Amino acid sequence: MTTNDSKLTKKDFTSDREVRWCPGCGDYAILATVQTLLPELGARPESTAFISGIGCSSRFPYYMDTYGFHTIHGRAPAVATGLAITRPDLDVWVVTGDGDGLSIGGNHLIHALRRNVNLKILLFNNEIYGLTKGQYSPTSPLGSVKKSTPMGSIDRPMNPVSLALGAEATFVARSIDTDRKHLSSVLEAAYNHRGAAFVEIYQNCNVFNDGAFMAIKDKDQKDHNQIRLTAGEPITFGPDGENAVVARGDGSMKIVPTEEAGDRVVIHDPNKPEPTTAFALARLSHNPTGPTPIGIFRDVDRAAYDEVSRDQVEQARVDQGEGSLEQLLGSGNVWDVVS
Amino acid sequence: MASDVGTDVAERTHVQLSNAVVRFAGDSGDGMQLAGDQFTNQTAIAGNDLATLPDFPAEIRAPAGTLAGVSSFQLHFSDQDIHTPGDAPDVLVAMNPAALQKHLGALKSGGTLIINTDAFSGRNLTKAGYDEDPREDGSLTDYQLHEVDLTTLTLRALEGHIERGELNKKEAERCKNMLALGLVSWMFSRPIEETESWLESKFAKKPEVADANVAALRAGWNFGETTEAFVFTYEVKAAKLPPGRYRNITGNQALSYGLVAASVRSKLPLFCGSYPITPASDILHELAQLKRFNVNTFQAEDEIAAIGSVIGAAFGGSLAVTASSGPGIALKAEAMGLAMITELPCLIVNVQRGGPSTGLPTKTEQSDLFQVMFGRNGEAPIPIVAASSPADCFHAAIEAARIALTYRTPVVLLSDGYLANSAEPWRLPEVDDLPDLSADFGFTTEPNTPDGDFLPYLRDPETLARPWALPGTAGLEHRIGGIEKEDGSGHISYDPANHHRMAELRYERMDKIAAGLPPLEVDDPSGEADVLVVGWGSTEGPIRAACHDLRARGRNVARVHVRHLMPLPQDLPDLLRSYETVILPENNMGQLVTLLRSATLVDIKPYNRVTGQPFSATELIDVIETLGWGESA
Ligand code: SF4
Repeated sequence: MTTNDSKLTKKDFTSDREVRWCPGCGDYAILATVQTLLPELGARPESTAFISGIGCSSRFPYYMDTYGFHTIHGRAPAVATGLAITRPDLDVWVVTGDGDGLSIGGNHLIHALRRNVNLKILLFNNEIYGLTKGQYSPTSPLGSVKKSTPMGSIDRPMNPVSLALGAEATFVARSIDTDRKHLSSVLEAAYNHRGAAFVEIYQNCNVFNDGAFMAIKDKDQKDHNQIRLTAGEPITFGPDGENAVVARGDGSMKIVPTEEAGDRVVIHDPNKPEPTTAFALARLSHNPTGPTPIGIFRDVDRAAYDEVSRDQVEQARVDQGEGSLEQLLGSGNVWDVVS
Repeated sequence: MASDVGTDVAERTHVQLSNAVVRFAGDSGDGMQLAGDQFTNQTAIAGNDLATLPDFPAEIRAPAGTLAGVSSFQLHFSDQDIHTPGDAPDVLVAMNPAALQKHLGALKSGGTLIINTDAFSGRNLTKAGYDEDPREDGSLTDYQLHEVDLTTLTLRALEGHIERGELNKKEAERCKNMLALGLVSWMFSRPIEETESWLESKFAKKPEVADANVAALRAGWNFGETTEAFVFTYEVKAAKLPPGRYRNITGNQALSYGLVAASVRSKLPLFCGSYPITPASDILHELAQLKRFNVNTFQAEDEIAAIGSVIGAAFGGSLAVTASSGPGIALKAEAMGLAMITELPCLIVNVQRGGPSTGLPTKTEQSDLFQVMFGRNGEAPIPIVAASSPADCFHAAIEAARIALTYRTPVVLLSDGYLANSAEPWRLPEVDDLPDLSADFGFTTEPNTPDGDFLPYLRDPETLARPWALPGTAGLEHRIGGIEKEDGSGHISYDPANHHRMAELRYERMDKIAAGLPPLEVDDPSGEADVLVVGWGSTEGPIRAACHDLRARGRNVARVHVRHLMPLPQDLPDLLRSYETVILPENNMGQLVTLLRSATLVDIKPYNRVTGQPFSATELIDVIETLGWGESA
C-alpha cells in the first residue's frame, strides 16, 4: 500500500503482469517512460486510472499498477468521460491507437476533444492494425500494400494532429516512442493541462510495419527531419539549423533555407487562441517520411466540460436547495383522498 | 358512457356517469396533446380514476390536414378503479376531416361527435380522402353530431386581442384547442380555473398569449352554456380510491423519479448518460431538471458513448443509467456485454417502440424482449425488470437498481411507448417506506484475502457479487476489462475450464437473484380458476380489466403478472403447470410465450398483435373467452 508520505518510484506504477507485446515493440519504451514519469510528477497509483480500447496499445493498463479498464474497441474516451465527470479527484488517462481512436472510435475521440473533458489521451500511432495482424489503418500512407490492400491502399491517411486541432482540442502534441526525454516533457505538459490533452506518439510496430518512422528516428536522418517545436523559439531545423519554417501569404507553411528566411521565420507560440497556425504546422507532413514537426502544437486554456458539468450540479443545489424526495414526488397538482 | 340517473337542470339534462372515454383528435399542429393533458389534470382534480393514451405521428409537423398528420389524445375516467385508457370513445372531438376519417370508426354508436366545421373545406376533405362531405352524405347519422365552427368562434372571442395587435389572426386561430377544451370541460361539469392558472404560468413570459388562451377557454365553456345545441351535461363522480395523497404521473416521469429515489435511497450520486431517442428522451430531460438531487446528466454523442459513459461512472461509484429505445439498445449491445463481464452495477432503460429498425418511433410495442434477453455476443445474461403501468415505472426503477447494486450487474428496465406517455393517478408512497438500497451493498476498502491481496473477482458467496472497489482506494488498484478473466483474481485467462466456470457463475448469479424474489402474486378471487392469464409489462391494465369483466360474467379466471423476466421467478413453472389453460397476450409476435414454453414445457396459448396500439379490454375479453373456454360472448 502506498501512503502520501512515501516517495514513489517506477516500481509503484508497475503491475505484476508479464508484458506481452512483441519483443522490440515501441510500446515497451512508452510504458517505461510513463511508469518512470508518473512518480516524478507526484501522481498517485490509487488516484490514477488508465482506460483503453482494443488493440496492441490498449493492453497498456494491465501493466500499470493503477486502476485500469480495458474496454471495447474505440470506446475508451466515452468510458473515460463518464469517469472523469463523476470523479474529479482522479487523473484519467486514455490509451488508444490509430485504428481504435481514429477509425472505430473516431466519433468519441473528436467529441471528447471538443468538449474538453479532463482526459490525457495518448494515441499510439503505428500506422497499422497490429493486433489483427497487419491490415492498413487510417494513418497508413496512401498506396500501402498490406494484407487487405494487395494493390495499395486508396484512401488518404488521416493526420491525427490536424484532426485534434480541427476538433478544437485545447492541448495537442506529438512525440516519439523511443525519445524518452522528448516524450517525458510532452507528457508532463499534458499532465499539467486542465481539459483534454491529446498526444500522438509515433510508435514502431516492428512486426507488421517496421521502420515506418525511420525518417525521424534513424540517427542519420532524424536531425534532418525532426522539426522540434519549442515555445518562444523560431522554428528552424536541420543539423545546423539550416532550414526554417515560414508562412506563405495564405497562412500555410513552407520550408525554406534559414538564410533566406530572415525575420520571416515563424516563432512558435502554442498559446495562440486561434488554432490556425498550429493547423498550418500540422500540414507540413502527412506521414513522417520527411520533415515533420514534433512537440506541443497547441496549449490553451478553456473551461473543462466535466468541471462545468459539476458546477451546474452545485449551482442547482445552491439555487434550488438540496433536493427533497418528498417534495419532488408531491410536486405538480396533488389531491387528497380521505377514507 | 353508461348513464345512470338523469336530473333536469333547467332545460338541460344532467347525466351521472360511471365512466367516460373522451378523445381529442386533430392536426399535429392543433395542440391536441396539450388539450388532452389539461383535461386530464381537471379530471384528476375531480378525483376520478383515469388512464390516458396519447397517440401522435413520428413527424414533428406532418403535412397539415393529412391523415399522417393526425394527433390524438384519449382519456378514460371513472368513479371506479380502472386500468386502461378505454376502448371506444363516448366523445370524439375532430378538429378536421382527417381526424374524423381516422377516428370515427372508433367512436361508440350513438356517441357524441364534435367537429370543427370550419375545417371541412373542399381541400381538407380531399386531403383526408373524402370524396363527399361526410356532413352531407349521411355517414354521421349514427352519432350525436355537433357541428361547431370552432375556428370562427375562436377568432370572434379574440377579436379584441387581434385589434389591439396582441396577436395576429394565425396566432389567434391556434387557440382553438382551448376553445374545444372549454366546451368539453363544460360538458363534463369541470371547473376550468386550474387550466387558467396553468396557462398563466406556462405563458408567464408572454402574458398576451396567456390571456388569449384563457379567453378562448372561457369562450368554449360559455358556448356550451349558452347554445341550445347541447342538451346533455355529464358528471363522473370521484372514484373511491384508497386514501392518500395523489398526483397524475406519466411513465417516463415516474421512471425518472424512481431513478432519483433509488439514488437517494442508495446514497449514491445519479449519473445519466443518454442520447436523444423517441420515446425515451423525456427521461434525460426530466433528470436534467433534477440536478439539485446530485444528478449529473450527459447528452452523449451517440448511443454507444452514452452507455460507455455510464460504465465509466459505474466504475467510479455512481448509480449510472442510460435510457434509450430499441434502435439505441441495438447500438449498446457490445457495451452491455462489457458491463456484464466487468460486473458493474448500472441500469439500461429500454422504452420500447414499434420495430424493427426505425419502425414506429411514436407507437408502443413489447417486441424488444428477445433483444434485451439475447442481443449480445456470447453467454451474457443480464437481469430484466419490466414496468407494468405508468406509476409502476417508479417502483420498477427502484427494483432494477436494487438488483444492480445487490448483485453487481447491469440491469435492463423495460418500459414502452404506451407507459412512457400515458398518465394515471398515483398514490404517493412514503419516502421512508421505500427500500433502503444503501443496505444492499458497500464499497470494498480493504484487501479481501488473508495475505493482504485484493482479488476483484472474489465473490460474496451469498449473492455471488464481486467487490466494488472504487478508483481512489489505496491498495486496491486493479484492472478490469472485456477479456475473459480468471475466477477470483480477475486476471486475463484463456483457460478452457475457467471460461466454462465463469459462464456457469454468470448464470448462477441469476439463480441467486431469482432466489431473492418474493413469491408471485396470483390474482384469483374465486380460487377455483382453471384458466390463467399471464402478462408482462404494459398489458397489465387491459388484462386486469378483462379478467375483472369476465369474473363479473361468471368466468373464473386467474391472472399473474411477471415483473422479472430474467431471471424468471422460481415459482413460475409450477404455477403455470397447475392450470388447465394458460393464455399469454403480448404486443409482439410471441416472445415471452416462447421463453416460457421452453422453461416450463407448458403449452401456453399465445395472443399477439403489433399494431402500435395497446390491447383493449374488450379485445382481451374475447381472446380469453375464446382461448380459455372455446367460445366468445
Ligand atoms: S503487433 Fe506490432 S504493435 Fe502489436 S505488439 Fe507486436 S510489434 Fe507491437
